Amino acid sequence: MEKFLEVRDLSKYYEQDDRKIYALKDINLSIEKGDIYGIIGESGAGKSTLIRLLASLLKPSNGHILFQGIDISMLEGISLREFRQNIGMIFQHFNLLTSRTAFENISYPMEIAGLSKEEREKKALELLRLVNLSDKKDAHPLQLSGGEKQRVGIARALATNPEILFCDEATSALDPRSTKEILDLIKNIHQRFGITIILITHEMDVIKRICNKVAVLEKGKIVEQGAVEDLFFDPKHPTTKQFLQSGHHEIPSEFFKDLSPGKKLLRLRFKGKSAGEPLMSQMVKRFDVETNILLGWIDKLRTITIGTLIIELRGLPENIKTALKFLKEQDVHFEEIAP
Amino acid sequence: MSNVDLAWHLLPFQLWNTIYMVFVSTFFAFLIGLPLGILLTISDKGHIHPRPKLYHTLTLIVNIGRSFPFAILMVALIPFTRLIVGTSLGTTASIVPLTIAAAPFLARLIENSLKDVDRQMIEAALVMGSNNMQIVRKVLLPEALPSLILGITLTLVNVVGYSAMAGLVGGGGLGQVAIQYGYNRFNTFIMVTTVILLIILVQLIQMTGNAIARSIIKRRRTSS
Repeated sequence: MEKFLEVRDLSKYYEQDDRKIYALKDINLSIEKGDIYGIIGESGAGKSTLIRLLASLLKPSNGHILFQGIDISMLEGISLREFRQNIGMIFQHFNLLTSRTAFENISYPMEIAGLSKEEREKKALELLRLVNLSDKKDAHPLQLSGGEKQRVGIARALATNPEILFCDEATSALDPRSTKEILDLIKNIHQRFGITIILITHEMDVIKRICNKVAVLEKGKIVEQGAVEDLFFDPKHPTTKQFLQSGHHEIPSEFFKDLSPGKKLLRLRFKGKSAGEPLMSQMVKRFDVETNILLGWIDKLRTITIGTLIIELRGLPENIKTALKFLKEQDVHFEEIAP
Repeated sequence: MSNVDLAWHLLPFQLWNTIYMVFVSTFFAFLIGLPLGILLTISDKGHIHPRPKLYHTLTLIVNIGRSFPFAILMVALIPFTRLIVGTSLGTTASIVPLTIAAAPFLARLIENSLKDVDRQMIEAALVMGSNNMQIVRKVLLPEALPSLILGITLTLVNVVGYSAMAGLVGGGGLGQVAIQYGYNRFNTFIMVTTVILLIILVQLIQMTGNAIARSIIKRRRTSS
């Protein structure tokens, strides 16, 4: 079957003094219709370049971007502009026209697509209702709050009924409350219209709240990708682990310093119901070990809940060994952080 | 004839001549400078229609136009002016060198205003499928409007100065009054009055330009 959006061996480099500086190298992605696909990376990882390549704003140096079988990197002129009219994009800094009101901003893509004045008006009013901004119809962007501007941005992006919505750090310039509002709105739109969403972010929280799939980007390469649930439960790459830890407390460094043979630091992950089971106390009772809970948190994903505990295990080495064996038999994923 | 009578006889008419020269030549300069400014903007590297050769050629032309001292330009253009207007004397004839002097200046100001438009805004318009013409008409020009108006105002004020210079060599307007009566006939009263009139004219142009630009900015900060 033809893939919805497929990226094959995509690279983008810039030439500098006869050297190639790679912004992206050998990227492969497969995005299905209806996905909310998150691409996470630190600044400079290349995620901004990647989303611009996918949105046809940049041309790749190598590789292909196939949208329903058509290589969009080959498009030029009118066919390129037609493709662009079939996608929507929202931006970190909203990028609304200050010379236009909210209503006129939403009309813009429809003017470009050549819709009649009546059609534009009807659709713009409908979209203003959808993003809950009917009362701000005639406000200029400079009078709107960040969250309101992004809602206008979303309405504008949806005006031509696009098949894909690209979100370029859409919530990074917003306060936590507006961030939640915007993410809820995006989720809502996804449910109502079944639109495919591709977003880039540097916050795991955004991935956690709305994405079903994720790719982790580091130094221009994808280091890990897959279903969000799998990535949260069993992250493989150090960068992914670091992203999962970010936003939570760090383990104080003295816990790593003084690790005698009778001590171990463990990270445990529980899925769904097992998060509530009294695993720790069972272990303590049965194997004569002591546990010291250092950190713990629960991530509520779209479909499941994942609990994480970081504990210090103390006891005789052989007791620790049997305790670890017991853990392995349970429906819990654990990892020895140290030693 | 007393000085006051002389002033009444000369100044209103020559003030009108100055205003006529200034506004008509700035209008023509705008007609030339706007497309030039737009081309200078979009043909530069990294903009929506990069054409390095075109950009460098236009830049060269603009720089040459701007490096001529106005007095020399005026004299150099006499044959050209004769060809177009039929004479090189009088207010209508002055419009030719004034336009040629103001156009590259205004083109550069327009280029600067248009290049100030946020690149991300242009990117957003591109991703919505806009062509270059639509970006110029619907994004660059409306977004830069207040700044364009201030550029036109600045050009008008400059052209007031040039027009006075044109008067020195028979171009008409207040400059001619200043040289003929104020300087050649040592009439201090006429000289001072002429200067005051020029100052008032410049003030009025600047204030009006500022007010229009400010009202547009203000409108964009309030609901319409």
